[in-house]
Amino acid sequence: MRVQNNETMRVQSSKSRIEKHHIEDLVGRSYMSFCVLLLIVSIVSMVYFVTSRGISTFAIDKVSISDFFFGTTWSPEGDHPSFGALPFIAGSFITTLLAALIASPLSICAALFMTEIVPGWGKKLLQPVIELLSGIPSVVYGFVGLSVIVPFLRNVFPGQGIGVAAGALVLSVMILPTITSVAVDALSTLPRNLKESSFALGATRWQTIARVIIPTTLPAIMTGVVLGMARAFGEALAVQMVIGNAPFIPTSLFESASTLTSVITLGMGNTTMGSPHNNALWSMALVLMLMTFLFVFVVRMLEKRRSI
Amino acid sequence: MEATLTAPHILQPAKTERDFRTENLSIYYGTYEAVKGISLPFPEKSVTALIGPSGCGKSTFLRSLNRMNDEISGSTSKGSIWIDGVDINASGTDVIKLRQKIGMVWQKPNPFYKSIYENIAFGPKYHGVKGKKALDEIVESSLRRAALWDEVKDRLKESALALSGGQQQRLCIARALSVNPQILLLDEPASALDPVSTGKVEELIKELKEQLRIVIVTHNMQQAARISDFTAYFYLGQLIEYGMTEKVFTNPENTMTQEYIMGRFG
Ligand SMILES: Nc1ncnc2c1ncn2[C@@H]1O[C@H](COP(=O)(O)OP(=O)(O)OP(=O)(O)O)[C@@H](O)[C@H]1O
Ligand SMILES: [Mg+2]
Repeated sequence: MRVQNNETMRVQSSKSRIEKHHIEDLVGRSYMSFCVLLLIVSIVSMVYFVTSRGISTFAIDKVSISDFFFGTTWSPEGDHPSFGALPFIAGSFITTLLAALIASPLSICAALFMTEIVPGWGKKLLQPVIELLSGIPSVVYGFVGLSVIVPFLRNVFPGQGIGVAAGALVLSVMILPTITSVAVDALSTLPRNLKESSFALGATRWQTIARVIIPTTLPAIMTGVVLGMARAFGEALAVQMVIGNAPFIPTSLFESASTLTSVITLGMGNTTMGSPHNNALWSMALVLMLMTFLFVFVVRMLEKRRSI
Repeated sequence: MEATLTAPHILQPAKTERDFRTENLSIYYGTYEAVKGISLPFPEKSVTALIGPSGCGKSTFLRSLNRMNDEISGSTSKGSIWIDGVDINASGTDVIKLRQKIGMVWQKPNPFYKSIYENIAFGPKYHGVKGKKALDEIVESSLRRAALWDEVKDRLKESALALSGGQQQRLCIARALSVNPQILLLDEPASALDPVSTGKVEELIKELKEQLRIVIVTHNMQQAARISDFTAYFYLGQLIEYGMTEKVFTNPENTMTQEYIMGRFG
């Protein structure tokens, strides 16, 4: 009898345990679904909002798409407004590309230094520096750019110091940690035997770096470069502080210019919602968003190629 | 323990110019002695198999033969490695030149992320081979020596990564042969391969030993018995037994060797 009792008790307790599991599982699942739903809803509504606002420049204010993308005159107020956004689009692309051109070789060298040349103290020394650099707020970068880079450029080159070169330099420092850390990851996952196969054939360290290590990790490093470019393209504050914010296509590196982001941050507060000026700013935000998608797409493609 | 060790009295080969052997070679990782004073000869036109339980220092010993352990920080060594009458373990050795004489292939096939052609041409280019014709010839002869030519001759420009695992491993052997080494070091070259590919690699080793000396690390006793002429049994960094493969496998002098071989065969 007692045995039987025990038996039923055991069955009961295991039953309630199963139920408890079920409930926990259910709660966890619903919470997770809720979070995912929230994420999807906010992304979709943001995309919708930016897109609907962005296209009203063309749909409501009847600005022609070619005038917007290829027009060089930006005078959004007045009786005969003109919404040529090319100077900003060009400014964004020029500063981003220049920043990537400056930062990529430096980052790759830093990453090689940390992983191949002095993997011991090189990594110990540089890793915290890189992490620190990526944590500094952009206003600090802008401020340093304004008080160090701009005066330097003013003294050495013609012009006011403020301009495209200053913007690109500030951006390049900002994206340095992004590219470096992706490159370090890529380099440290390289199979050791691959390097050693090159050594075993009598290649020197430099030959191995140039002919085996860099070519093998290049797709991964390119991912870092594109991520860095995405960051540079979207950066507003620091660039705005040093680029001069003139609505013209720059003809030299030391001339003032604007980027999409700097025009948006400077203009948003001073325009009324729904005005053509305001709508034009949204259109630029739309361009920024599409560019971001493009960057993500490129990164994806690179990752895909890497896994082959 | 010491008493049970076979005195390596057979290890006193004539010191000729064509000599390749180690003498009292010890290798350390920091203060840890992974290989303890090993003297081994590697006779011409022969395959020497290194066997022993995991962690006994086979790879460490093999890697030291082309100074690959130089690449590991904290690794040091004592003793000598004689090649052609020169101690290549001495500090002034030109490691780059030395490594041309000694090819190496690892457990996992690791072709460069390049075309089949470029994989083979990689080494010769660094050793001053110029001109497309000369390189073409080396590529063809290396691939032929590795018994891979017929399978890849129409796709030399394709990525080496598109080859099967077994083909990749033979490509790695061809790559090692491209600089015309006198010695080939193989660290478990077939343990990641299927039986058919393994058979091909073994066949290849048997052919290649007519041209150069081969040192192979293997966990596969049947394989060691099939392809090697001499066998060395390592245990905890020490050389326990060395001799003709037939002798070591049928009538080992040391009971530890016997137990290991029996255990692995069973
Ligand atoms: N890079 C290293 N740093 C420190 N110790 C190492 C290093 N490589 C190997 N060792 C140690 O040296 C000893 C011998 O290692 P080794 O790789 O030569 O063994 P093995 O006989 O090749 O083993 P396996 O059959 O598993 O490949 C082991 O105790 C190992 O832990
Ligand atoms: Mg090993």
